[in-house]
Amino acid sequence: MAVNRMFRTCPSSGLVFHEPAEKLMRWNAVAAAVSLLIGGLLAIGVVLTRWQAVHLLPADRFYQVLTAHGLNMLVFWIIFFEIAVLYFAASTLLKARLATPGMAWAGFWLMVLGALINNYSVLRGDSSVMFTSYAPMGAHPTFYLGLILFAVGALIACFVFFGTLVVAKAERTYVGSVPLVTFGAVTAAIIAVFTIASGAIILIPTFLWSVGLIDHVDSLMYRTIWWAFGHSSQQINVAAHVSVWYAIAAIVFGAKPLSEKVSRTAFLLYILFLQLASAHHLLADPGLTSNWKIFNTSYAMYLAVLASMVHGLTVPGAIEVAQRGKGFNHGLFEWLRKAPWGNPVFSGMFMSLVGFGFLGGISGVMMGTEQLNLIIHNTLYVPGHFHATVVIGTTLAFMSLTYFLIPVLFRREMMFPGMAKWQPYVFGLGMTGVALFLMAAGTLGVPRRHWDMSFAGNTFPYEFPGSAWLMMALAGISGLVAIVGGGMYLLITVGSVFLGKKIPAPGFVHVRAAQGVAPAPKPVSAAITGHGTAVGAWGMIAPGTFTLAMVFLVSFVLYYFINWKYLATVWPLK
Amino acid sequence: MSAILPPTERVWWKQPLDRVELMWIVIALVWCLIMFFMMPYWHIYGKQNLSNEAYRETPERFSKKADDMIAKYKVREEGGDLKVPVVHPPAGSDVYMIARLWQWYPLLELEAGKSYRIHLMSMDWLHGFSLQPENINIEVHPGYDHVVTVTPTHPGTYSIVCNEYCGINHHTMTSKIYVK
Repeated sequence: MAVNRMFRTCPSSGLVFHEPAEKLMRWNAVAAAVSLLIGGLLAIGVVLTRWQAVHLLPADRFYQVLTAHGLNMLVFWIIFFEIAVLYFAASTLLKARLATPGMAWAGFWLMVLGALINNYSVLRGDSSVMFTSYAPMGAHPTFYLGLILFAVGALIACFVFFGTLVVAKAERTYVGSVPLVTFGAVTAAIIAVFTIASGAIILIPTFLWSVGLIDHVDSLMYRTIWWAFGHSSQQINVAAHVSVWYAIAAIVFGAKPLSEKVSRTAFLLYILFLQLASAHHLLADPGLTSNWKIFNTSYAMYLAVLASMVHGLTVPGAIEVAQRGKGFNHGLFEWLRKAPWGNPVFSGMFMSLVGFGFLGGISGVMMGTEQLNLIIHNTLYVPGHFHATVVIGTTLAFMSLTYFLIPVLFRREMMFPGMAKWQPYVFGLGMTGVALFLMAAGTLGVPRRHWDMSFAGNTFPYEFPGSAWLMMALAGISGLVAIVGGGMYLLITVGSVFLGKKIPAPGFVHVRAAQGVAPAPKPVSAAITGHGTAVGAWGMIAPGTFTLAMVFLVSFVLYYFINWKYLATVWPLK
Repeated sequence: MSAILPPTERVWWKQPLDRVELMWIVIALVWCLIMFFMMPYWHIYGKQNLSNEAYRETPERFSKKADDMIAKYKVREEGGDLKVPVVHPPAGSDVYMIARLWQWYPLLELEAGKSYRIHLMSMDWLHGFSLQPENINIEVHPGYDHVVTVTPTHPGTYSIVCNEYCGINHHTMTSKIYVK
């Protein structure tokens, strides 16, 4: 079979799309949006049931809906979108043809099949085991089978991504090192391979157990290995959405990374340390020593935390430098005030950055501290945390990227531009409310994955304080706002992709391998310079960002020690 | 030129750092180290640390131990028709708490300021021991006898809520601890 060498250059962005890669990106993005739609509809049931005053669904339906919500959002929506990001980072950014499109399609259809089978098993009603499916609580065999097929498909996509890097290198489509965004995508893909391997190690035996070929799955072993899969998959998200931040900073502002060395080293820290952090899910479990817990969650995790703190500075720092270069150089924050807040590509990305850092990052470290975990484990604080990381962080970043991709990738004009301007704010602020109020409810002890916090009809009921009920109501209202924001996103994207006005653009043309070779680099006369012409203040090129970072640090430190103080008041325990 | 293009400097790893990045890395690293040392520090000077003591155990042996303890220290029954025993074990003794679908068994009556070795184990699936309103949360596994030494601080009635999802009646899995 002849290799497809059809490429087109986007007239507005200058990006180069390979024909099969473009088609795959579109289909993956559409599959992602469908998953988001399903997960979003299910979110209505979750929100309106946990809002105790409404308490919409009966218990069995609630747990079923919650299981399907978790899987469609956390697994299917995000991973389909990430595959599109991987193909974009390899094929489009490196101007290379996608390796083995046939395999990529096989992977895609396996993922679709897996997602359908998994949803079918939950729909049956006998697999309401939550996203985590902790053994020895068992699901129908198709539950595990669906996840395994989906993971195999995703693994194939990762290798197509790696293969594309090899093709790009061999056909010399770029000069020097890969772009930072591609480097971040490589990070995500490497973590993905580790993640999927862990998933295979635990889900395949669990599948065999569910069909009766293995007679026992140890609960502690399951949790230990499952989280090497479950948490690491969130690290793929972090690496992917940080890459998206860098990409958007580059696209919207032409921002250049403050230093390639720092940003790339930070990504490297993710690869080296993030996976170990999955141990922080086991801090309240028996049978694991404190040494093991402390090593895995701190030594390792805090170096990964360091990496995130670095990205949290370098992304806005790069934007600040770019803005100051354009003349927004007055005072500390003119660069930020004069940023394009009406452009959803930027506003969504910036809210993703701030929300991920302040809400998701800080709360994540609290939960990952061995002793503090005792007053947090399995309360609503946990969903509060991950709605900040995965929804405000990852989902909102992906949403903002979509607004860029509609004209560039789908070649359609965006419908409802006025609504698009507001969408990141509605969704981001709604989800900020969800995260904050769930964390507050968790601090008051309200359990997660729980149908009835009123304990009506129990023999020994517990009465939560009125403040906990208030928090649940506020979380419910915020949740509805976020769902409206999600609906706006789907309306805009689906509307634009299927009904939007077509943008006339040059079609695909055949590009021979020799034509695709990148031009030779310019002489390195001006290489290895510092930021000689730097603007800024206090001898810094990004003093505004540094100030924001210090605000972040102070909040972090205060909140950290408040939690220790609170811990010191509970029953002594040893 | 930008993050979506290959770096313009071929030897980008030799490019000097700006002060803003260097300072932030140093500050962040110091903070990460402080957070690291807080955990061992609390093991030495803090009073709330989760026990490392756990044993592999079978449900049969564990319920036998619990039944023996109940026979010895039972003071009354509560819960109407359920007749859940309330035990008042002596300070310092081993107290066995069974977690099963969907019950904590038995009820406990403890004394403030005294310590008890509470054994937590599940007979079936995973459960979550969540003591309210203290908000102490511990995972309870089947097959692992987890020994936690607790010292109630103030008299009062406390509740145990299951906070690890354990099926359809998860929300009914609640219990009480009386502290005198």
